[in-house]
Amino acid sequence: MEAFLSSLVSVAFHGAAYGMILYVISVGLSVTMGLMGFVNLAHGVFAMAGGYILIAAMDRFGVSYPLGLALAFVLVAAGSVVLERLLYSRLYTAGELAQVLFTIGLIFIAVATARLLFGTLQLLVPLPDYLKGQFGLLGRDFPAFRVFLIAFSAVMVGILWYGVERTRWGAMVRAAVDNGPMAQSIGINTRRLFTITFALGSGLAGLGGALGAEILTVQPTYPFEHLVYFLIVVAVGGLGSLRGPFFAALLIGVTDTACKYWVPQFGAFFIYVATIAILLWRPAGLFGRQG
Amino acid sequence: MIRRASYGEPARIGWLEWLPWAAALAVFFALPEYVPLGARILVYILFALSLDLILGYAGIITLGHTAFFGLGAYVAGILGAKLGVTDPLLQMAAAAAAAALLGVATGAVILRTRGLTLLMLTLAITAILLEIANKATALTGGADGLSGISVTPILGQFRFDMFGKTAYLYCLLVLFAGWWIVRRIIYSPFGASLVGIRENVVRMHAIGSPAYARLIAVYTISATIAGCAGALLTQTNQFVGLNVLSFEFAGELLVMLVLGGVGRIYGAFVGPLVYMIAQDQLAKQFPEYWYFGIGLLLVAVVLFARGGLLGIADRVVSKFRGERR
Amino acid sequence: MSAVLETRKLCKSFGALTVAESIDFRLEAGARHALIGPNGAGKTTLVNMLTGRLAPSSGRILLGGEDITGLRQAARVKRGIGRTFQINTLFRDLTVLDNVALGIAERSGIAARLWRPASSFHAIHDESMALLATLGLADDAASRVFDLPYGKQRLVEIAIALGLKPTVLLLDEPAAGVPSVETGRILEVLDGLPPEIAILIIEHDMDLVFRFARRITVMVQGEVLVEGTPEEIAGDRRVQQVYLGEQHHG
Repeated sequence: MEAFLSSLVSVAFHGAAYGMILYVISVGLSVTMGLMGFVNLAHGVFAMAGGYILIAAMDRFGVSYPLGLALAFVLVAAGSVVLERLLYSRLYTAGELAQVLFTIGLIFIAVATARLLFGTLQLLVPLPDYLKGQFGLLGRDFPAFRVFLIAFSAVMVGILWYGVERTRWGAMVRAAVDNGPMAQSIGINTRRLFTITFALGSGLAGLGGALGAEILTVQPTYPFEHLVYFLIVVAVGGLGSLRGPFFAALLIGVTDTACKYWVPQFGAFFIYVATIAILLWRPAGLFGRQG
Repeated sequence: MIRRASYGEPARIGWLEWLPWAAALAVFFALPEYVPLGARILVYILFALSLDLILGYAGIITLGHTAFFGLGAYVAGILGAKLGVTDPLLQMAAAAAAAALLGVATGAVILRTRGLTLLMLTLAITAILLEIANKATALTGGADGLSGISVTPILGQFRFDMFGKTAYLYCLLVLFAGWWIVRRIIYSPFGASLVGIRENVVRMHAIGSPAYARLIAVYTISATIAGCAGALLTQTNQFVGLNVLSFEFAGELLVMLVLGGVGRIYGAFVGPLVYMIAQDQLAKQFPEYWYFGIGLLLVAVVLFARGGLLGIADRVVSKFRGERR
Repeated sequence: MSAVLETRKLCKSFGALTVAESIDFRLEAGARHALIGPNGAGKTTLVNMLTGRLAPSSGRILLGGEDITGLRQAARVKRGIGRTFQINTLFRDLTVLDNVALGIAERSGIAARLWRPASSFHAIHDESMALLATLGLADDAASRVFDLPYGKQRLVEIAIALGLKPTVLLLDEPAAGVPSVETGRILEVLDGLPPEIAILIIEHDMDLVFRFARRITVMVQGEVLVEGTPEEIAGDRRVQQVYLGEQHHG
C-alpha cells in the first residue's frame, strides 16, 4: 500500500512537470490558431529551437543556465517575427491545405537544419549544480530540477494569465479571438496584434523547449515526434482558449506518465484513444466554443 | 488542365493520357536496371492517386492516409509471414478489405468534423496504428520490421523474380486498374458532387445532397486503394517497416502529390515520379540537404505554384497558345 | 385555403438571446408571400429553421400537414423545399451549367452514380440548358460563375433552386447587392415563376415587395408583428412605427 501510494505521488509529480512543459510549449499555438485560424503544424520547431539555443549557448559559449533560458525565449521570439512577417502572413487567407503544406515544409527544413548543425544524436542540457540532486518535501525526496520546472512554469503561467486578463494587450487579444472583424472595426490593429502574439507564443514555446529538454529530448526529429502531443493539447483544450489547454496539458502529462509507468506495453495508446473520444464528444475541445 | 466531371463536357480519354502507360512499358523493356525503382514509383503513384481522390477532389484534408497504406502493408505481410497465406492476390484482397473496413469505420466517425479537429482525428488514428504495430512485436516485428514474408507466384504462374520484372508488371496492372476506377469516379455524377462538397458544402446541403454519406463513400474507396498500394509495397519488397505508418511518410506523400498538382489525377503520376527519381539521385549522397530541399520545395510550391508541376505546365501551354493566336 | 408550409410556436434562442419567439406562420399553396422587418428581426433565422439549417429550440414545422421538424436539410429538399441565399452561395469555380446540373442530378436521383461519366446523362444537361434559357442565362452556360457579374450570379442562385422543382421556394433577399438597374430583370424572373410554387420572399426593397407579394408578414425582434394583404400592411400604424423608428436610427 505504501509502495503504491509512493508511486502514485511520483506519477502525479512527474506527470505535472511534463504537463506544465506541454502547456508552456502549446499555449502559444492555441492562441495563434484561435486568433488567426492558422493551422501551424511547425510550432514544435520553435520548441526545438529553444532547446538547441540553450544547449549551444551553454556548451559553446559558456553562458549560464538562466541566461540561456532567456536567450531561448528572446531569440526564438525574434526569429518567429521574421518568419511571420515574411512567410506566414502571406497565407492567412490561403486556406487550410496551403497552411498545412507550408508548415510541413518548414518542419522538413528545420529537421534538416538541426541535423546539419547539431548531428542526429540527442543532446543533453548541462544542468547547473544547484538544480541537481534532491529536494525534500513532506518527508519525501523529489528531483530538484523537476520541482524547479513546476515552480518556474507555474510562475510563467501566472504572469501570462494575468497579462491576458488584466492588460490592454490581453483585452485586445480576447476581443480579436472572439470576433476578428469586429475587433478590427473598433480600431484594433489585428495585424500588429497578431505579430506580437505570435512572437510571444513562439518565445514561450522556445522557453518550454529549453526548460523541458530533459523530458522532451532535443534531437532533429523533435518537431515530428512531439507535434501530435502539442496538437492534442490544443485540440482537446479548445482553440483560442487559455485555460482549456492548461487542463488538457496536465491531463495528458499525468495520463501519459501513468500509462508509461503502469502499462508500458501499451505506449501512448490510451492517450490517442482518449483524444479521439474527447474530440468526438466535444469536437471543439473541452473548453472551446461548440459551433 | 483540371480534370473533373462536368455535365457539359465529354470525358473521353485523350491521347496524352495513354502516355504514362506507354512510358512505363518503355522503361520495362529499355531500362531494366530501373525496373525495381520503377515498381516502387508505381506503388507510390497508386497511393498518391488514392489521396488525390479525397484531398484533391473531395477536399478532405488528412494527415492520416498512411493508416490505410500501412494497414494494407501489414495485413499482406502478416498473412505471408505468420499465417501461411502466400497467394499474392489473396493477400491483396485481404489488405483491401481490411483497409476498406477501417476506412468506413473511421470515416463514419471523423467526417462529421472539420478543420483542426479532423486533422487531429486522422493523426490520432494513425498514431494508434503505429503504436500497435510498434508494440505487437510477435505479429509485426515491431521496430525491427516484418521480414520473412512468403509470396507465391501470381495465379500460380508468375514468380516474383530477383530482377523485379514480375513485380513491376504486377504493380503496373494494379495501378492501371486503380487509375481506371479513380478516373471513372471523378468524371461521374458522384465525382461532380464531391467537387461540389469541396467548393461549397452549404450549397450542397441546400440542393439536397447527403454530403456526409458521399464523403464516407469516397473515403472508403480511397482507403481501399491505399490498402492495395500498401500490399503491393509489401509484396515487392517482402518487408514491412514501421515507417509505413509514420507521420514523416504521410508528409512525404503530401509532398509528392502537391509537387505534381492536387486535384488533377496526373499530378499523382508526375509528383511521385519526379520525387522518387530525385531521391534516388540525391538522397543518398546528401541526406541532410535532401530533406532541406523537400521542405524548401514545399514552401515554394505553396507560395508560388499552387497547381504544382502540372499547374506550371498548364500556364506555359496556355501562354504559348495565347501568343500564337 | 390549405397551408403548404406551417410553423407552430417555433422558438429559437442562442443562450440568453432569443431570435425567434413562438412564431406561428402559414404559407398557402401558390402563395406570393413576403417576409419583411428591420435588420435582426429574425427573418433569415426563420428561413434557416424552415430549411433545416438551424434546429429550433422548440415548436414544430409542418410541410403539407406532415411534421418535418426533425428532418435533415437534404430530406426537406427532397420533399420540395428549395431556397436561395442572401449572400451568393454558389460553386464559384464551376460553370453555370454545372451549378444548375448538380442540383438537378440530386433531384433526379443520379448524383450518387459513380461509373458513367456525368456528361453522358444527356437528360440532366438538356434540362439544365432549358432552365437556364428560361432565365436568360443560356449564353452564360459555359462561363465560370466566378466570372459573371453579380446580378447574373443572383439569377444563378434562383436557377439552382428552381432546378430542384420545389413546391415551396424561400427567397432570401434575391435582389440584395444588385445594382438598381438590374433589379428589374430579377423581378421579371420572379413574376415568371410557375404559379403553383408557394413562394416566400425576404426583401428590403419595398417597391419589389409591394409589386410581388399578395400577402405580407412583418417580423420584429423575433416575433410576428402583423400579417395581412399589402394594403392592410401599408395602412398599419404599428408597421409604420417600426419603419419610421428604423429610419430614425438609420
